[in-house]
Amino acid sequence: MVMLKQNFDFISKRKIALVGSGLLLLISAASLIVNGLKLGIDFTGGTLIEVSYGEIVELESIRSALEAHEFSNATVQNFGTAKDVLIRIKPREGVNHSQASVQVLKAINSSSEQIADLRRVEFVGPQVGDELAEDGGLALLYSMFGILIYVAWRFEYKFALGSVAALIHDVVITLGFFSVFGLEFDLTVLAAILAVIGYSLNDTIVVYDRIRENFRNLRKGTPQDILNNSLNQTLSRTLMTSLTTILVLIALALLGGQIIHNFAIALLVGVLTGTYSSIFIASPVVLALGVRKEDLMLPEKEGLDIDTRP
Amino acid sequence: MQNTFPLWKNLFIVMVLGLGLLYALPNIYGDDPSVQISSTRTTQLTDDQLNLIKETLTAQGIVAKAIEFNDDQILVRLESLDDQIKAADYLKSALGRGFTTALNLAPATPSWLRAIAAEPMYLGLDLRGGVHFLLEVDMDAAVKQAEERYVGDIRGALRAEKIRYASIAKVNDFVQVKLKSEADAANAKAVLGTEFRNLKLSDGKELFVIEARISLDEQEQIKKFALAQNMTTLRNRVNELGVAEPIVQQQGDARIVVQLPGIQDTTRAKEILGATASLEFRMVDVKHDAQRAAKGKQPIGTRLYRERNGQPILLKRQIIVTGDQIVDASSGLDQNNAAAVYITLDGIGAKKMGRTTRDNIGKPMAVVYIENKVETRISNGKKVRHKEKIEEVINVATIQGVFSKRFQITGLDSTTEARNLALLLRAGALAAPIEIVEERTVGPSLGQDNIDQGTLSVFVGFVLVLVFMAAYYKVFGLVANVALAFNLIIIIALLSMIQATLTLPGIAGIVLTVGMAVDANVLIFERIREELRNGNSPQASIYAGYEKAFGTIFDANITTLLVALVLFGFGTGPIKGFAVTLSLGIMTSMFTAIMGTRMMINLIYGKQRVKRLSL
Repeated sequence: MVMLKQNFDFISKRKIALVGSGLLLLISAASLIVNGLKLGIDFTGGTLIEVSYGEIVELESIRSALEAHEFSNATVQNFGTAKDVLIRIKPREGVNHSQASVQVLKAINSSSEQIADLRRVEFVGPQVGDELAEDGGLALLYSMFGILIYVAWRFEYKFALGSVAALIHDVVITLGFFSVFGLEFDLTVLAAILAVIGYSLNDTIVVYDRIRENFRNLRKGTPQDILNNSLNQTLSRTLMTSLTTILVLIALALLGGQIIHNFAIALLVGVLTGTYSSIFIASPVVLALGVRKEDLMLPEKEGLDIDTRP
Repeated sequence: MQNTFPLWKNLFIVMVLGLGLLYALPNIYGDDPSVQISSTRTTQLTDDQLNLIKETLTAQGIVAKAIEFNDDQILVRLESLDDQIKAADYLKSALGRGFTTALNLAPATPSWLRAIAAEPMYLGLDLRGGVHFLLEVDMDAAVKQAEERYVGDIRGALRAEKIRYASIAKVNDFVQVKLKSEADAANAKAVLGTEFRNLKLSDGKELFVIEARISLDEQEQIKKFALAQNMTTLRNRVNELGVAEPIVQQQGDARIVVQLPGIQDTTRAKEILGATASLEFRMVDVKHDAQRAAKGKQPIGTRLYRERNGQPILLKRQIIVTGDQIVDASSGLDQNNAAAVYITLDGIGAKKMGRTTRDNIGKPMAVVYIENKVETRISNGKKVRHKEKIEEVINVATIQGVFSKRFQITGLDSTTEARNLALLLRAGALAAPIEIVEERTVGPSLGQDNIDQGTLSVFVGFVLVLVFMAAYYKVFGLVANVALAFNLIIIIALLSMIQATLTLPGIAGIVLTVGMAVDANVLIFERIREELRNGNSPQASIYAGYEKAFGTIFDANITTLLVALVLFGFGTGPIKGFAVTLSLGIMTSMFTAIMGTRMMINLIYGKQRVKRLSL
């Protein structure tokens, strides 16, 4: 039986962790402010066309064909293999967009010997793009809010704040990762971010659950000891679950195809930070907010008139 | 101490697993290439068509796997894709235009499974290939059109009551009626008040002027009607395109989703869905010079048009027949091999056309082709809805003889244009212009790739987790693995039963569930190990492990479910698919990972005196 070392002093390392997290958050925030996110057409509006050729094709010839047909603002790049080409057209003033994909296909087919096999077209009109971005932002807000209420109800408000702090930490770092590495942020990545919230929370709740149990059962020990004990008791579970999840995500990232590649990457980054934050962010925040044994005692045991607020 | 489930609990778990297996089963049978024949608005499928189909196939030597006839469609299942295309061609010409023939991939579910309503999962467009359109109806235009109709109606009503008016015109958002005296104004107000209850009447700033506004309720009605009418028209058009299992659905107040699975020619689909083409027939004004009218003032009672070559032409204002009065249209070639559209008019239209042609033999008549285009453009950083009405004279012909109900028109550029125009005239006009605001097309090759890659990643992820769990938790790990396999089967069964759309992100959701589903078991097993370390007996540890872990599992999963629900509420299309599989996966994993493994552990260790657990 593999046994993990079960008495690691996590809490005393919280200052180091804080510096590390702070640094990562700072880099993320700076990059998000300076570089922003490379938003996909889901949010910006525009047209995306993926075509595939039987043989390797010169991107330059496609570019010149598009320029000849007044698509000079098109970006052309390989997608996955040298035979697959992705063409993006940004929304431009005074152009009919819903027909752009048809015109692009005509343009590249008329200038080339090879006939392109149309793999995918995505067109998002400007009015829809804004809505999708707005809905996405709202979804993030509402899920955070819902979590805040649920955790405050099931545990205590300090725990709610701790879990949301961990979630914000995870989301900002995942977004920062996408910003720093210039990965495209589209609707599926947004879904991944929300899934990260779900996952990270799952992890945090498991730790909190143990903290609550230990506070109720252990008569002795400082809050710091109890938190440390709880983290150590749940450590092997935290690592096991993260490992299995990371295994399947690696499978998804490598084998799932280009379309959900970024989705898998977002989840991978999110699961890694989520695992870390449930140990080094969620619990220290609860400690910093001054959690006490009395916060978690069952009301009927403590009598009726106990004020659970600090 | 013993760990046993009561018999009913074991039976219940086995029953759920059995049902899961049964309803997941249809997914392994694959598809039959088939041809789907359905009736259109004017026709009804009967046994005659069924016999005709059988005869045609036998005559062409095509063997059908099965022919199924259920109320409004006939499904012909074939052995190969080649047969499918051949059969579709032959059947199309044999049945004629009254019926729609579409290629389809029909699930090859055996009849005994279909009898218990077991069906395979419904694949989204990103997996089966096809087009997804989001169309926005121009509601302002719908209201505007209604105001214009009221101008005509008010004119008619005042004339009928012999009230003389100075002018009736649409101004901004109301209809302005100018009268000549106070008495006329009072009479007019009384007439309009009784005849048009939906109009709000008020006095204008000037004397003897009435302003008529469409009430807000009526505007809502107009918008609702425009949306409903447009959906009907779009359904007709989609049927004309010959797509199997199309979806035309309302989304929000002013939008329509159209999904066309498996369609190849997206260009044509786009042209047909968004088109507003219609026809008008007018007499040519021969008294005035069109060139001069183009430079200066138009003579009264005429309108200036241009022909396709840019030449100006003057037509009479009065319309003989409009596109609404066309009941049928088909395309073909005329005696000179030029593209032609054969038109059939309804009774009123035919009467009018007959009267006009009788009175005007030897005079020229023009066919006007009208198209409304709407699109949103970005101008100075703002979104501006750009509207364009194209009116072209496509044909001017001298009336040679009297005709009324059936006739042909020429002057179109190509046979494709003739074909599209005939289709649009048949399917009916849109009540208000529409604009494509979102399109997602997935080619068939990419769809198959997505299925293959998705399946592969589920499989590989699954195997990795199996190996890992077995290595780390031994017998308990194997038990968790069996539960995980059943979890997958139950997810697939549920997806098949509720016919939720499976998308690529949906598959990703399943992959993620596989990774996270073992979490419940990890929690339980770690808890059991802890209990063992604390010196408890194996049986007591199993008992306590499951008991103590339950609360944690429940809390952790509820919060994840909360997030999945938010995703479902806010997400569109593919994202919804992810939310559905994720939430299903969370719920099924609670069942298999807690109840399922407990049953197996009980059966293995429950009744004996155990010294060591293989954990």
